[in-house]
Formats: sequence, C-alpha cells, structure tokens
Amino acid sequence: MKDKVAAIIKAYGNDSSQLVSILQDIQTEYNYLPRAALDKLSRKLDIPQSHVYSMATFFRAFSLKERGKHICNVCQGTACHVRGADLILESLERQLGVQRGQTTPDHKFTLETVNCMGCCATGPVVKIDDEFFGHMTNDKVEPMLSKFKE
Amino acid sequence: MSELVNLTINSNKYTAEKGSMVLKVARDHGIRIPTLCDHEAIEPYGACRLCIVEVTRGNRTRIVTSCLYPVEEGLQVQTDSPRIVRNRKMLLDLLLARCSENKVIKELAAEYGLEKPSFREEYWEKHDCIVCGLCVRACEQVVGVSAISLVNRGISKEPKPPFLEKAKACIGCGSCYYVCPTGAVKMEEKNGVRYIYNWKVAFKLKKCSRCGIEWAPEAQLEYIRKKWNLEPGFFDICPNCR
Amino acid sequence: MCMAGKLKTAKALAALQKRLAEEMDTGKCRISLCNGTACRPYGSNPVAEAFKAEIEKRNLADKVEFKITGCHGFCERGPIAIVDPGNVFYQRIQVSDVPEILDNSIQSKAPIERLLFKQDTGAKSVARQNDIPFYTDQRRIVLGNNTRIDPTSIEDYIAIGGYTALSRALFELQPDAIIQMVKDSGLRGRGGGGFSTGTKWETCRKAHGDIKYVIVNADEGDPGAYANEGLLTGNPHSVLEGLVIGAFAIGSHQGYVYVRNEYPLALKNITLAIEQAENLGLIGKNILGSGFDFSVRVNRGGGAFVCGESTALMASLEGKTGEPRAKYIHTVERGLWDRPSCLNNVETWANIPLIINNGAGWFSKIGASGNSGTKIFSLTGKVNNTGLVEVPMGIKLRDIIFDIGGGIRGGKKFKAVQTGGPSGGCLPEKLLDSPVDFDSLLKAGSMMGSGGMIVMDEDNCMVDTARYFLTFLEEESCGKCVPCREGVKRMRQILTDITEGKGQLSDLVLLTELSAHLKDSALCALGSSAPNPVLTTIQYFKDEYEAHIKDKKCPAGICKALIKFTIIDEKCPGCGRCVKTCPTQAITFMGKQKPVVLDQSKCIKCRTCYDICKMGAVSIE
Repeated sequence: MKDKVAAIIKAYGNDSSQLVSILQDIQTEYNYLPRAALDKLSRKLDIPQSHVYSMATFFRAFSLKERGKHICNVCQGTACHVRGADLILESLERQLGVQRGQTTPDHKFTLETVNCMGCCATGPVVKIDDEFFGHMTNDKVEPMLSKFKE
Repeated sequence: MSELVNLTINSNKYTAEKGSMVLKVARDHGIRIPTLCDHEAIEPYGACRLCIVEVTRGNRTRIVTSCLYPVEEGLQVQTDSPRIVRNRKMLLDLLLARCSENKVIKELAAEYGLEKPSFREEYWEKHDCIVCGLCVRACEQVVGVSAISLVNRGISKEPKPPFLEKAKACIGCGSCYYVCPTGAVKMEEKNGVRYIYNWKVAFKLKKCSRCGIEWAPEAQLEYIRKKWNLEPGFFDICPNCR
Repeated sequence: MCMAGKLKTAKALAALQKRLAEEMDTGKCRISLCNGTACRPYGSNPVAEAFKAEIEKRNLADKVEFKITGCHGFCERGPIAIVDPGNVFYQRIQVSDVPEILDNSIQSKAPIERLLFKQDTGAKSVARQNDIPFYTDQRRIVLGNNTRIDPTSIEDYIAIGGYTALSRALFELQPDAIIQMVKDSGLRGRGGGGFSTGTKWETCRKAHGDIKYVIVNADEGDPGAYANEGLLTGNPHSVLEGLVIGAFAIGSHQGYVYVRNEYPLALKNITLAIEQAENLGLIGKNILGSGFDFSVRVNRGGGAFVCGESTALMASLEGKTGEPRAKYIHTVERGLWDRPSCLNNVETWANIPLIINNGAGWFSKIGASGNSGTKIFSLTGKVNNTGLVEVPMGIKLRDIIFDIGGGIRGGKKFKAVQTGGPSGGCLPEKLLDSPVDFDSLLKAGSMMGSGGMIVMDEDNCMVDTARYFLTFLEEESCGKCVPCREGVKRMRQILTDITEGKGQLSDLVLLTELSAHLKDSALCALGSSAPNPVLTTIQYFKDEYEAHIKDKKCPAGICKALIKFTIIDEKCPGCGRCVKTCPTQAITFMGKQKPVVLDQSKCIKCRTCYDICKMGAVSIE
C-alpha cells in the first residue's frame, strides 16, 4: 500500500495543495481511505496528521470506513425531492436494513445520498455503481436491488 | 505602513494607521467591543461574529466583523447601534442554546438581557465549546505543532485530535487551555502529570533539581530545547531558581 | 479527421479551421445522438453503442455521419437524436429503433412517425426540432452548439469556428480593448451574483501583483441545477476558449477549473479538452506565436456545496478545508494564494467567445436592459418538458414554465417555482409575470442563482420545501460561523416541528428574527441567503404555515405526522396490488371485489399504495 500511495502522491508532483485530488485517488483505489494510507500521506508530504484528518472528515466524498461492494447513491436534489425522493430513500433504508451513510453487514451495499447528479428529468434517481435508475417508485426498489444481489 | 487615516467611531473622531483593523483601533482608544474568537497573539478568524459593527463608506452601510475590517479614510463606525445590539443578542441566544450551562456564555448573554434561550427546552444543548477555533489556531500559529484540528463540518464541527486518538504531536504546553474563552479545554495536573483530557494526552512534569517544584511538561521543554538548540539539561532548573 | 501538430500562428489556425469546416460538410446525412448525463438513465449509452455497432457491421461510415454529443436540452424525451438534413428530432429512442433510423436517414425517407415529438398522446407530431414548442422560444446561443459537435473532438469545435475568438483576442485586440468590450456587452456573472464581468476583469487587471489567476467555478452545487454540467460536458472548449481570452485580458498565466466531484463526465471531457488544446498549442507556451503563455489545471471538488463559494473554493485549491473567509478585501485583489484571482462561472466564460466574435453591441441587444444575453436554466420538477433551456433575459417566468415547459404534468395546478437553489426563494402564481433577470428576481425575494428552476404543484408542501432546504444547508454548512452553524440548525428544528404538528404561531416570529440575524451576521452567502426559502414561503404561502400550526393539517398531503392514508371502499375493487407492495403488511386482502383494509397502526405513510393504485381508491387526508 505504501508504494501505491507514494505513486499517487508523485503523480501530483508531491504538491500538498493537491490534497483533495490525492485523497480522491486513494479512495478510488481502496474504496475508502485506509488509516495506513493517510499516515503514509502525512509523512510523505510532511503535513500534520491533524490536517489530513480534518480534510478527510470535512469533505463528503471521503469515507474513513470500509465501504460495501456496491455504492448506492440516492439523489436528494430539489428536483428529485419534489417528486418524492425522500420516500425512495426511506424505502431503501428499509430494504437494506441500514441508515444512509452506512454499509450492510454483509458488505454488499453502502447507502449514500447525493445532492443532484444532473439527471433531474428522470427524477427520482438512484445510481448504483455506474448504473442509473430513473423515475424510481417504491415498488421498483426491490427489483433494482436484486440486480446486484448475485 | 505609517499612513494615517481619519475615521469616526460612535461619532467621535480618531486617527489610525491605514490598514489596521477596526477592533484594534477601537480597543486602543478604550472602546469596548465584545469578542470570543479573538486573541492578540493569533490571526483574526471571524467565526464568533460577536465583534460585529456597522460601517458606513460613502452612502453604503453594512455589518462587518471589526476584527477583520481594515480602517480607511472617512470610515464611520457604530459599535452599538440598535441593529448591532439586536444581532449580538440573537447570537448569544444561539450560543446559549448550545452552551446552556456554560458560565461564560451565560454571563455574556445576561449582559444582553438574555436569561434563557428562545428555543424549545428539549433542544437545549450542554456544550462548553463554541468552535471558535482558538485552541487549534494557537497550536498551529503560536506553538507550531498542529497537534489538533477542527474536524467534521457544520453542526458536528469541533476541535479534536487526529483520528480521535491521543494527539501524538502535542507537547503539553497548555496554550489551548489558556486561550479557550469558555473553559472547554479541560486540563489538570495530578501527581506530577499534566492531563489535557480533550486530546487524550498526559505529560510527566519536569521537577526542578533545585526547588523540587514540578513546573512544566518534560515534552514541552524538550521541544523548546531542541527548537532553540539549547544544551541538554538547560531546563533542569526552573525559571524561579535561575 | 487527423490531428495537426502545434499551431504556431493565427494563420495556421485559420487554415486548419477552413480545412476542418470543409471536411465537416460531407454531404452525408448526420445523426447526432445525445449521450449526456441526463439522458443516461434513459439508456442512451446502449443506444449509442447500438448505432456504432450497426454502422460498423453494415459498413455505413461512408453514407452516414454519426456523432455522440452532449446535452440537446430536451431531457424529458431522451434518448434524443437529431437527423440532418431536415433537422428531424427523434425522441425516446430504443436500441431496437436503431436500424430503422439508419435506413430511413440514409435513404432520405419521411421521418419515422412513432419517434416524433407529440406534446400529448393523440396530438399532432412535430418533425423539426426548431418547430417543437420546447425549443421555439429559446435562444440557444451558448448551448446550441452541443448538437453539432462531439465534445471529445477539438476538431469539431474548430470546424464550427472555435478558437477564432482567441486568435482575434491575441492578435487584433489589446487586453484593455477586450475588457472594454466585455463591459460594453453588459455581461453579468452567471453564477448567480450577477456582478459586471467586465468590471471584475478590470479590477483584477489593475490589482497589484504580477501573478494572477483565473478560475472556472464548475462546482454547481445547487441541488436541482445541472445547467453548468450540460455546458461543460457538451462543449468544454467553449469554456476553455473564454478562459484563455480572459487570462490574456487580465494578465494571468495560470488557470484552474474546479469541477464538482459528482460530475464525472464533465470532469472527463474538460480534462480531455485541455489535453487536446495543449497538443494543438492553443494552451501552453507562446500560444499561436503570440508570446502569451497560459496553462490550466483541473481540480475536483470533494463533495461540499460550500466550495461553490469563491473563497471556500480557493481554500480547497490550496489544499485546505472549504472554509470561506471575509471578503472585505475582494478576491480579485487578494484571492488564491493571496494573489489577484478572477473567478467566474462556467456559463460566464462560455459567453466570452460569442462576445468577441459577434461584438458587444450584438450581445447587449439580446435580453433586457441591464440584463443582456441569455441564461441557461435547468427546468425541472413538476413540468411536462424538463430539460436545459436557454432563454433571453427578461422572458417571463410564465412563458418558461407554460410555453417552453409545457405546463404542469398530470394536469395538476401550479403552485410555486423555486429559483436560485437554497439561496433563492419560492415564487407563487401571482408573480408568474415577473421577468427573469437578476434584478427582478432579487426584488421578488429570490435570486437567479446558477440556473436551477424547480416547478412545484398542488401536491408539494411549501413548509416541507422550506424544511428541505434548511436540512440541506445544515448538512452543507462549513460550521465556521455561529449564525449559520447554530442558526440554520435552529431554523430547521423549528420547521421540522411545524411539519410534525408541534408548531406555534410564535415560531413564525422567531423564524423571521433568525432570518434577519443570518442575513446581517453570517460570514458568507451560504448563511446570509439561507433564510430566503423560509422568508419567501412565509411571505407567499402563509396559509400553509397557518394550516400546519393552527389546524395541524398539511393541505398538500405531504407531512406524515399530519396526514392519514385511507381506503375509499367504493372505489376499491379488491385487486390486492397494494397488499403485495406494502412494506409493513399494513393492508389486508379481504377477497376479490371486497375493499382491502388498512391498519393505521402499521401504516408508515410511505405512499406506495397511493402511487400504485390505479383506481384512485387510496386517499390522503
């Protein structure tokens, strides 16, 4: 892991002002921000651990906890909201048995919310990994999840 | 920069160095403006908003934080206009709802005629910390170790040690404790050890080889000794005995 | 089309332009398929792949030109394709339609009827894109080129005249002349602030310091706004060209594009566009031999709405958390790294090449007095025709919603339109004749914002809407200043109480006082404009608040604590659909042709039965 992290940092010219981008690449690599990676980052860029931690906790894109295999993003943007997106979120919470921001015990799904993905015409929208599901209604939730339950 | 400008504060005329902050100018002339997140040794931050004043430039009046607003020629400042007082009161109302049992906040609120928060009692909180950031900023700017930082965002933002573990870079100097305006940093010394509970740290205190008093954390002294290249044993004798 | 090496002179660019324009004019029929972000949930990607596969399989490359483009605007009807010659507009295309569309286009047959636009089933079809009501009132000077170009092809952009403005700016105009032109055009910031762009550039140019920065704010965080997304993804070079021109005018040699993390396609396209521009020498050292150097970097956001605020964005670029700072000294004087920085919105930058090419006079005649040009809006919510619309400033709200937008879906009644995102306000029916421009919207208590326009109907609760916005802002607040961090929280608590039937009339007074406090004392615009949704809904929809507070009722049937779902026995045929889908088994099947029974104690008010019942047998009280 240390080598991978070092490589990511090098790709950004060891520039600590690129911290957000570096953290994002680490998150893309490991699906979350592992502690060991952050410690390495702090040492390599010579920035205080406290700063790395505050960056990791400020930005919603980052997760300090391991996430599930499938990231389920429910749009809570205004256009989706006026079409009932909050009810879709509740339905997903019920079906997955977790609250937003949490991962199912079997590590299959992480349920997250996002504020507008730019698909307002098809709202309410749910995105699982790279697949979009538009015009969501409560009865469509179960069939949608079953596509990923393999 | 020694260019002087003329300004008025509460209709009285003053001169001040161009570019200096309204808050400092006011204080230099004995005019009281309340603050919470301000400290003379630390860069102004503008978080608590208590130091707000009304400034008029030309025909435009606005509310600004005096700690960060630079004076200029012809500026007119009002430190206690009805609009300012109203805003300070609501600010303290919000702080009181957050820190409903904190002595400092309760006293400040009482100054503005506020006995209890205007919000429903079931939502009153019992924090001591107002997230003014002084502890973090002191640690970064004055001490230079950045042992702690403001973590999270929004309503859960607060000063914490990294990864919520013992703050490894802390040297136990207690600056955070000394600058905290509300007593939210809990520090105490027991049996030759200094504890700063918020950051989960404990430091053995150095005993003076002459008088035997435990006067400062060993870690802090070692940090200073190394930084200033002082010889080993430099701090074996406390300042009083020196 | 092959890539040239670095273009070393303006002449070389002109020559390339001429050649590419000629190559584009192939005489073949052309099919432009939208594969923008908004069309993807409709399955536009499989359709795109199907076209590519079919063309290759049947060797049709010499008969048809197929382009995958960015947003065409009419997102409601996706997947969309436009066929030329003829400007034929096909909607709701499926993979199975692909062979027929190809044959039909190549053989110049009459358009395929079933794929043509119809406002409602049974209405007359409209074949030409420009005749469709959604498009006729628009003025797509900025977004229009999306349909003509592949956003991943710099050749396409150059072929339609791209980078001519840059060449003109570098060789025929001086920086001061460019700035004057932008001032004269009347262009105002499209990010929502509406500040005079030319004046901003001028101040930045005059600011003290040799190193200056130009920044593209593509952190479009307003939930429900994706106008910037459609533009950046569909025509990234237009934004880039504007940026380089601006940099030259201001005297900046380093630019940044700050793209929201939630826009992966936009990120991909702008990154590629920069690479392509660098390869052709349109960015980099000694651009086109002018002696002007300029480089640009793309930065991703980290999922923080507050980073759309200029000082927070700059803090993030410096590797810090997105905390805003006081702007008593403007960022054009001291911004990124304490240096003069000119930050503008995506759409603002994209307007620049148009102004340089067509002149300030041309631009200032579009739109309204003091509000020249067009504005792109993401028109969404309860309208029939959701999508990205570009209209001249000054057009009435009513015209956008009812003429372009096609009115309210499902024949419901209009209730409110929300503009400016969480910093804006909800405007009622009586204000529908307001012109859409910076000043008029501000006067009404709302603001332009970056372009979100969300339409609500009788089934939306305005108190719930206010609560929703405050919940959003509470999550997005950076937490630095007391008024916003604590004040937004308290406002949200009060609004939640009201939606749960725990409100009192004195709450409205407290909300109003808190609102005044935030407007006066908050550190940045997130906090100071947070009261807008609350203030406008209290002002224009007071009756709804009073119903929640006094009568403990939610007239729109949304607030769960105040509504009850019941079965209308006479309408229920006992089909049992609701029984199967009820998540808490609150509904019991009583046999065919007998009405079902709903157990209130188990009902969680999820609306599933209400949405699924085809007989209208579920009612909300």
